[in-house]
Amino acid sequence: MNAVFQVNNLNKSFGGLTVANGISLSMEQGDRVALIGPNGAGKTTFINLVTGHMPPDSGSVALRGADITRLGPTARVRKGLVRSFQVTRLFSDMTPAEHVALAVLQRTGRSGRVFGNFGAMPDVMAEVSEGLKALGIDHIANHKVSEIAYGQQRLLEIALALALKPNVLLLDEPAAGVPQSDTSRIEEALAGLPDDLAVLMIDHDMDLVFRFARRVVVLAAGTIIFDGTPQDVAKDARVREAYLGNYANARSSV
Amino acid sequence: MAIQRAIAAEGKVDAGPNWLLRDLMGLAAVLAVAGIGYLLFPNNLALLTRITAIALLVLSLDLVTGYCGIATLGHAALFGSGAYAAGIAAVHFDITDPFAMAAVGAVGGAAAGLLAGAIMLRGRGLAQLVLSIAIVYLFHETANKASNWTGGSDGLAGISPDPVFGIFGFDLWGRTAYVFGIAILAVVFVLLRLLVRSPFGMLCRGIREDPVRVSAMGASVNGTLLRMYAISGAVAGLGGALNAISTQVVGLDSLSFTTSAEALVMLVVGGTGSLFGALVGTLTFMWFEDFVSAINPFHWLTIIGALLIAVVLFAPNGLYGTATQLLHRVWNKR
Repeated sequence: MNAVFQVNNLNKSFGGLTVANGISLSMEQGDRVALIGPNGAGKTTFINLVTGHMPPDSGSVALRGADITRLGPTARVRKGLVRSFQVTRLFSDMTPAEHVALAVLQRTGRSGRVFGNFGAMPDVMAEVSEGLKALGIDHIANHKVSEIAYGQQRLLEIALALALKPNVLLLDEPAAGVPQSDTSRIEEALAGLPDDLAVLMIDHDMDLVFRFARRVVVLAAGTIIFDGTPQDVAKDARVREAYLGNYANARSSV
Repeated sequence: MAIQRAIAAEGKVDAGPNWLLRDLMGLAAVLAVAGIGYLLFPNNLALLTRITAIALLVLSLDLVTGYCGIATLGHAALFGSGAYAAGIAAVHFDITDPFAMAAVGAVGGAAAGLLAGAIMLRGRGLAQLVLSIAIVYLFHETANKASNWTGGSDGLAGISPDPVFGIFGFDLWGRTAYVFGIAILAVVFVLLRLLVRSPFGMLCRGIREDPVRVSAMGASVNGTLLRMYAISGAVAGLGGALNAISTQVVGLDSLSFTTSAEALVMLVVGGTGSLFGALVGTLTFMWFEDFVSAINPFHWLTIIGALLIAVVLFAPNGLYGTATQLLHRVWNKR
């Protein structure tokens, strides 16, 4: 099986500050990878470099064997590299049905149509109800997003990403801000992601990470210091040092 | 299929018939108001025609401001471009068929929209607002200096459109111009209602709320906005052409900052993002302006100012927006 997503030796620095130092990462279809690391480790920078919001100083990103390093963010999305946001970015005036419909229309090249309505397009409607149902939010399909609970908004965020039929999905803290009582719904949703999809999740919640990931990558100071199974990560001396060192620094600076 | 029907039955967004009914009611309202105006003010059809032309400008402004979230104080640049395009076509190129003039106006407006949009989309927020003002001044100055083509500050005179269908001449009473204008407005209104509910319209609304999210869905934000600017330009240009056809003269005021600012005021008075609000705002503002300036020629601007403050304070979503909100509240209580 070939790598569906390959990051090769990514480097980025701002002046003297190196935020990405030779990051290499490869993922295959069906991978469930968690990216963790202490605050300021460069996780957000990594996402920005990979999604094309920030140009790397050197290195490359490839999707299904094709180099996408020179493509802009929207072109990468069209190639199948889709992300979700740490803080939900939804259209407060629109309904979940409209959100998913827009994603389907965009994916199928119909978002530029100046006539017609998705309500009259059976294939779009079918995909909308299917997509919302898969995440258990079909009962609120026609409520405005501003009127639905935050946990449901987070689920919609995932439904939206899935409606774009990605090859690689980057989830940026999918459970951030969700009340404890609702995280099980998010976990179920994550467990139900399509089998052939490669998923990279960034999160702080170790319970979630250990339940979700079959592989854990630890980033510290812009470098990958661990890449292995969840069972091994807790035993790794460098990882402990990175986290503990960070805590120690934080304490001493108070 | 059952799920599909359940969703359609429960909701309001995707239930087609509901929307269609609302659009048809809107169209009926436009035609009814136009008819009442015709019967009540048969001697003032020139004003009614001007209101119709400005309504097209405000509708066009609603497309970029209400649906895309672009604040602009230079939208008359597109209106004036349409007016001059139609006028120049008639005076210099002998294109005097009213439909052809309207088409030329729409094309001129769309071209101006593309140009203005390409410049405007370079900026965001306040910078964008300043760019819009710069654009309308540049258009104004260009028309002023190119007096061989535009008549400069004297205005472009000598426009004499042919009778509509070769039968209905543009007479002193202005009946033909009025009916011609209302016909254009009605057709444009229905087309725009379809446009804002189309996938493209949805994409624009998405951009208004969060452009970053839209680009994360793989859609081109600036490409979409530029396209909307061209469509908006065509609508404004139609309004300008209607003004040129009905008054048979084009003046520099048609692409002035004042006209731009007034259009924005009318849109805010009526309410943004519904197209209905644009019509309500234009009619209210222009009728009120005419009414007040007739009864008190000295203090009419003061009264207009008071009206604006009252609307902004007591109907922050505009007259139409606030009215629908109240109706919804009453409806939900039942």
